Amino acid sequence: MKPAAGQIRKTAYAAIILLWMVAPLFIGKYWTDVLNNVAIYAVLGLSLNIILGYGGMFHMGHAAFYAVGAYTTAIVNTAWGVPVLWLMPAAGLAAGLFALVVARPIIHLRGDYLLIVTIGMVEIVRIALINNVFGITGGANGIFGISSPSVFGFQVNSIVAPAHYFYLVTAFLAITIVLFYLLENSRFGRALKFLCSDEVAAQGSGINTAGYKLAAFVIGAVWAGMTGTLYASKMGFISPESFSFWESVVMFMIVILGGSGNIAGVLLGAALIIGLPEIFQGLQQYRLLIFGLALMIMMIFRPQGILPPKPRSYPIDKLEKNEVSF
Amino acid sequence: MSLLQVENIIKRFGGLLAVDSVSFSVPRGAVFGLIGPNGAGKTTVFNLITGNYGPNGGSVIFQDRDITGQPTHRIVAAGIARTFQTIRLFANMAVIENVLAGCHCRMRSGPVAAMLRLPSQHKEERQALSKAMAELEFVGLFDQAENLARNLSYGNQRLLEIARALASDPRLIILDEPAGGMNELETAALVSLIARIQARGITVLLIEHDMSLVMKACEQLVVLEYGKKIAEGTPAEIKKNPLVIEAYLGSDDEDF
Repeated sequence: MKPAAGQIRKTAYAAIILLWMVAPLFIGKYWTDVLNNVAIYAVLGLSLNIILGYGGMFHMGHAAFYAVGAYTTAIVNTAWGVPVLWLMPAAGLAAGLFALVVARPIIHLRGDYLLIVTIGMVEIVRIALINNVFGITGGANGIFGISSPSVFGFQVNSIVAPAHYFYLVTAFLAITIVLFYLLENSRFGRALKFLCSDEVAAQGSGINTAGYKLAAFVIGAVWAGMTGTLYASKMGFISPESFSFWESVVMFMIVILGGSGNIAGVLLGAALIIGLPEIFQGLQQYRLLIFGLALMIMMIFRPQGILPPKPRSYPIDKLEKNEVSF
Repeated sequence: MSLLQVENIIKRFGGLLAVDSVSFSVPRGAVFGLIGPNGAGKTTVFNLITGNYGPNGGSVIFQDRDITGQPTHRIVAAGIARTFQTIRLFANMAVIENVLAGCHCRMRSGPVAAMLRLPSQHKEERQALSKAMAELEFVGLFDQAENLARNLSYGNQRLLEIARALASDPRLIILDEPAGGMNELETAALVSLIARIQARGITVLLIEHDMSLVMKACEQLVVLEYGKKIAEGTPAEIKKNPLVIEAYLGSDDEDF
């Protein structure tokens, strides 16, 4: 029974990956662009999942880190013409440093208190961008003329050929999934799950809870910042509107609805939250009503999300008997 | 030679003097007991040693190093592990994962090593897993490794807490009412487990209400009442101490 279920799941994953990879060949530009958005939000959801899913910290300001990455990319690219993809590490670094500075004093806050402070953080960032801080963010109009990414000299223009961009963002998504899977199943991922489950017990077991919370924020922010690069180069222009509180709410919903702490759950969450409103566009203004209703029903009947994490199994049977020693 | 010295330690909660200038020293390799009526300040003393509370005065010396007021995770790394009076396991995680929490402070790999899947990280994970399984075998929970912690019986949850504490390779293990909620059979097994922990060269400091266990397991006792130390000595001496008998009179005296 058990291996058969595992087999079915593997086959299902393979089928979904295959479908995803060939989809742009059969659907039009518009729907390819929808998939591009799904992929971007999937990476954002996965990066928030480190903080919210594993660490259990109610962080509703993730768009702030996304904004720092996107603006870093836009400013450096338009001012000095540095190729956008080269700016990805810089954008990640900038967002990571920003997280280190802003998260340090709020890391000890719990639950709803942290939620309120992070909402404040994302609002401050948005207002600072609108007010054109340091005169480099372009105010409410934002920044125009960001170049499209170029991979080994091949221009990936998301407006003319969304399918090209699709494979770029899919590659980044795939790398993210693999790296975060390894992270989840490591000493670091476990430490976050321990402190999420019982902070006092985690401390008592020798885990530096404050340090790990901060590290989770920084890693989540680095990834959101790098995703900001992809977004800025996809659109060609960015403005404060793209990084509003609502964006943070969307990311939060993706993690909670999909299944916080589970990579597959977050991916499903991104597909549903970003994809479904597009599918139901025929319903016009009622689509958001139906969408909201679906969310409410979900939270009542399945509060742990559609795909909650399964307990991890360890290769105990692979340990040799003589290895078991003090 | 003493492993742990508590010197004139003081803790106030508002107007209440919970621990009033308590001093004692735990010899290396001993099984040392801290007893006293309810509310005497025993758990508070434990929390002061393990860094859960900062003291208002006095100091804690461990292996000739002053560890007073250090954060808990540093104290665990220095070699003091503990269990909790009210069981604090990671309830929705597997038994083996709970024990791996104890291994954490003896491991080094960070997030980058994990994402790059460095060979050293892989090896360390394997070693931690085998160490965790060994500790489960030591307390007798080898077969439960893949169960969820919350599905264990109450007595087994206490054993799992001990396994988690042992996994951090402590020099001193602090057990806060380890026999709480155990039946007689389980308590007897616990006495022998404590002896086996001692045989590994680990010093044991315990709080316990079950007087028969204290008398059997401990070599030396300190008695607290209203935050003050009222007696210290071997179980035989403590039994005869008039101050102790008075403190326990009408409550636990039938246990003596």
